Amino acid sequence: MIELLYGPFAEFDFMRRALVGVIAIALGGGPIGVFLMLRRMSLTGDAMAHAILPGAAVGYLMAGLSLPAMTIGGLFAGVVVAVAAGLISRFTALKEDASLAAFYLLSLALGVTLVSLRGSNVDLLHVLFGTVLALDDSTLLLIAGISTVTVLALAVLYRPLVLECVDPTFLRSVSRTGTPTHLMFLGLVVLNLVGGFHALGTLLAVGMMMLPAAASRFWSNDITMMMLLSVLIGIVSGIGGLLLSYHAELPAGPAIILTAGAVYAASLVLGREGGLLWLAWPRRHLEA
Amino acid sequence: MHKNSAAIRFDEVTLGYGRRPAVHHLDGEIASGSLTAIVGPNGAGKSTLLKGIVGTLRPLEGRIDLTGAAGAPIAYLPQAAEIDRSFPLSVYDLVAMGLWSRAGLFGGIGAKNRTRVEQALASVGLIGFERRPISTLSGGQMQRALFARLLLQDSPVILLDEPFTAIDAKTTADLLDVVRRWHAESRTVVAVLHDLDTVKRVFPQTLLIAREPVAWGETQEVLSPENLLRARRMVEAYDPHAAPCERGAA
Repeated sequence: MIELLYGPFAEFDFMRRALVGVIAIALGGGPIGVFLMLRRMSLTGDAMAHAILPGAAVGYLMAGLSLPAMTIGGLFAGVVVAVAAGLISRFTALKEDASLAAFYLLSLALGVTLVSLRGSNVDLLHVLFGTVLALDDSTLLLIAGISTVTVLALAVLYRPLVLECVDPTFLRSVSRTGTPTHLMFLGLVVLNLVGGFHALGTLLAVGMMMLPAAASRFWSNDITMMMLLSVLIGIVSGIGGLLLSYHAELPAGPAIILTAGAVYAASLVLGREGGLLWLAWPRRHLEA
Repeated sequence: MHKNSAAIRFDEVTLGYGRRPAVHHLDGEIASGSLTAIVGPNGAGKSTLLKGIVGTLRPLEGRIDLTGAAGAPIAYLPQAAEIDRSFPLSVYDLVAMGLWSRAGLFGGIGAKNRTRVEQALASVGLIGFERRPISTLSGGQMQRALFARLLLQDSPVILLDEPFTAIDAKTTADLLDVVRRWHAESRTVVAVLHDLDTVKRVFPQTLLIAREPVAWGETQEVLSPENLLRARRMVEAYDPHAAPCERGAA
């Protein structure tokens, strides 16, 4: 029985690689997801994930399924869309969510068209849904490097990042770090999406950020705890998803996201902080 | 002694949005260590004036000199502070933000500053609330916490924008004690207020403003019935055909 849990990893090299990959993605993605959620940017993350597609597609057109070309293309496109959406919302009447929606629809259509120009449907599936079971050394190094940079950068940015969410006016009155912090945070989001993109594809990469983060909100009122929980939930979902895909012969990327979704659903129902069960059967009120 | 030095000096200051003035040609100074109330009707430019002093709004014309503040950051409590109350943060952490100028981006807080945080919480009557999430605070408790944060900022100049609006009598009295303490410590305090009784009881100096400054000086003289009536009349309607202001243009 327990064999089922570690057997696949002991037996197959590609499963071990996938395991390392998802753990690294969870380490960086969880805390980023928590901040995206608390900054009410959950959908921004989603839109930016799509925005990466045409950049990666251009890289693919020029160099095929090459890691550096698609990474650089994706990073470039992600940053361009993030900055453009920010500028448009600042200087026109369009709010940021509307301009992001416009950009991501364009990006998705453009990206799929670009990939189809040269590649097969298999390549398109690769770009859209990733290949977590086929991570080579350099991709693993890239993902692990991105997680390392993310965790370190968050440690440095933590204070202004929290302050900018809670009380931006106050941060502006005591320091000028607000805008650079925001920009660096957006940079980290793009980085993590590009890392996740190689394993899970543009459409699902954001799932390893938002689902663990959203689930953690139901268990804690403390941001540090939420970040730890989101990492833990991400890792558990990654392992669970890989096992599910192995034993049930499901595609690995969607299996991982489905597992994370199941953890989210369970948290939504059972979570101590505002879970549905506790709302439906509240305990008796206290004296004070 | 503080009569001699100005904490904040206004030199023909016009502040506004677009080209429309909200504060029109304000000239004068706020003495270092003084306790000043800014009074006037809604739309008179009171909050705009504070934003101008803090520097979030740049004057359309004229200068604001913060000579007396000696480069230290101003402690500013905006009207209805745009705080995300749903953010998972404890009261302690919210208050400890006041230590920013000491601890900065990375600095640890240390035992000495922990004592400071506890003292600040005690001064505003929030002992026992340290671990509570800010989402559970009432309006008055939130205002107490924000005053504790101001205390920790330890700034020579403190600006308060309608700090007692929608706050009950007990909380107002407690927080006014904090204001009196700042005054006793020779800090410069400027507060936008609507309750004229509070102004008369606590604030020696008053600036009465209705876009144009109406009167400025000793509270008793400024808040005369004639001045208050003038202030009421002065908030005119928006004029779509307003001509460029010629005052001081030469």
